[in-house]
Amino acid sequence: MAATSEHTVLQFVAPSSTASGTTSVLTARIHPLVIFNVCDCFVRRPDSAERVIGTLLGSILPDGTVDIRNSYAVPHNESSDQVAVDIDYHHNMLASHLKVNPKEIIVGWYSTGAGVNGGSALIHDFYAREVTNPIHLTVDTGFTNGEGTIKAFVSSNLSLGDRQLAAQFQEIPVDLRMVEAERVGFDVLKATAVDKLPNDLEGMELTMERLLTLIDDVYKYVDSVVEGQKSPDNNIGRIIADAVASLPKLPPQVFDNLVNDSLQDQLLLLYLSSITRTQLSLAEKLNTAAQML
Amino acid sequence: MATMARSFLQAISKDEAVVPPLRVVQIEGLAVLKIIKHCKEFAPTLVTGQLLGLDVGSVLEVTNCFPFPVRDDDEEIEADGANYQLEMMRCLREVNVDNNTVGWYQSTVLGSYQTVELIETFMNYQENIKRCVCIIYDPSKADLGVLALKALKLSDSFMELYRAGSFTGEKLREKNFSWMDIFEEIPIKVSNSALVSAFMTELETDAPVSQGDYDRLHSSTTPFLENNMEFLIKCMDDLSMEQQKFQYYYRNLSRQQAQQQAWLQKRRTENMARKSAGEEPLPEEDLSNPIFKAIPEPSRLESFLITNQVSNFCGQINGVAGQNFSRLYLTKALHEN
Repeated sequence: MAATSEHTVLQFVAPSSTASGTTSVLTARIHPLVIFNVCDCFVRRPDSAERVIGTLLGSILPDGTVDIRNSYAVPHNESSDQVAVDIDYHHNMLASHLKVNPKEIIVGWYSTGAGVNGGSALIHDFYAREVTNPIHLTVDTGFTNGEGTIKAFVSSNLSLGDRQLAAQFQEIPVDLRMVEAERVGFDVLKATAVDKLPNDLEGMELTMERLLTLIDDVYKYVDSVVEGQKSPDNNIGRIIADAVASLPKLPPQVFDNLVNDSLQDQLLLLYLSSITRTQLSLAEKLNTAAQML
Repeated sequence: MATMARSFLQAISKDEAVVPPLRVVQIEGLAVLKIIKHCKEFAPTLVTGQLLGLDVGSVLEVTNCFPFPVRDDDEEIEADGANYQLEMMRCLREVNVDNNTVGWYQSTVLGSYQTVELIETFMNYQENIKRCVCIIYDPSKADLGVLALKALKLSDSFMELYRAGSFTGEKLREKNFSWMDIFEEIPIKVSNSALVSAFMTELETDAPVSQGDYDRLHSSTTPFLENNMEFLIKCMDDLSMEQQKFQYYYRNLSRQQAQQQAWLQKRRTENMARKSAGEEPLPEEDLSNPIFKAIPEPSRLESFLITNQVSNFCGQINGVAGQNFSRLYLTKALHEN
């Protein structure tokens, strides 16, 4: 079976008309962990393999989006005309992962490398036996177009009458949810080496600096518009007005009271914790230094 | 050739003898994300998992990890757990992942992780692996925008004491050992492969602010502080109970000693009487008498652990209060404008 991604001469059974109707337009949502996993497996591949394949785990959300949360690599052998996938390994790993998190099921498979080729169609067929309508994810680790592209495909079968002729891989939109990665901090995940994880106060400092730069930018923009250097954009003006108006409108006395109360609460807590610390060192001295004889 | 072979052998033997102290734990971004994902998914249940990596010189590299399934405390699941571990290690070996156990990770709630079980697990691991580390992750702090990842190790002096099995006041004073010396915190470094770094650089949205910033500027930290205070108060109660145990012990000890003295006195007068009567003096010690039985001194391990816990809570409160100060001043400044 050869997969053609550009030529659709033959009659093509659209999935929306034959499927139960829930998978007409799919989007794939990918968590950053999956990308990390794929890159890691690619870096560790055996020297003979050109690309790596593996299974994608996740769940299908009620609105039809496929949420891809985890993945693992599967050893395989690929030569010009045949493909061998270690199915036992795949099932073992699946069982192990299910023990930890039974909600994450197979939703598809991934491969590194730029495009879809003949072997992929066979592998996709195998995965189609495990789950209906698997997603095929390609992660371009070779950076062929000068950028690392991540694409997701679903396949539909091309048939002429009753005979199956080809499988067409259709691209579906990919949504990269970077929220968790942002939480960890892109600086930590981006650099090849980070010497120290930032603690509470350093993180605050960074955030404050960013906020200041943002405010500076807005200030400069407003100034330049007022002086006539830039043409005013109504939308941006409206957004700025909204942002400024979102500060709560409290009379200054009330606001001062609020702030002072919170400050006093925090000071009280600090005082309590310092007292506790002193108590601890005192108790320790009493405990171990006491000699009865 | 012969000289080279000899020096190689010497080099190997020298390496065996001296194990350089662990200075840094180097984690891959992949392992960090996995730990965070696993802990967050199952919060508030506490979960654990295994760390895999390499032990190189003074750096412990953690390159991968896998989670443990949640155990239902059932008898049969013990064997299952071991099977699961072996299975995972075998599978990961096939895809060229380092399957060398270097420790384990666990999630915690508000930093209350110093328990006796932790120490026992450490000792278990230490028997098989020369250097192991425990990584603690606190998912509740992630809401405040802080990556709360800590690497812990038992200090060597503590391990010796634990193996000796007793925590009496004498021994501790000898070694000048305080509650701060039980756990050693090791700094963490994060490293990523070049490929991952390239991908992340490209995929990063160019927004100047990130979700972490939003979390950090959020000013409602009261639930976190409340929980912290609650735990702190409970711990102080436990600590005071331990103190009472000690007081009880000391009181008993002094009472016993007074009894011993009185008994000794009586024996001496008796002996004097006997000597004057020409009989054998009775021995001055009578081990069968219950007042000579030594009272066991209660172990200080619990109180040390609790003290550690309390100090942890205090530190957390301090950190969050500091953050709150900055936030409050920020709102004040904004309002004035």
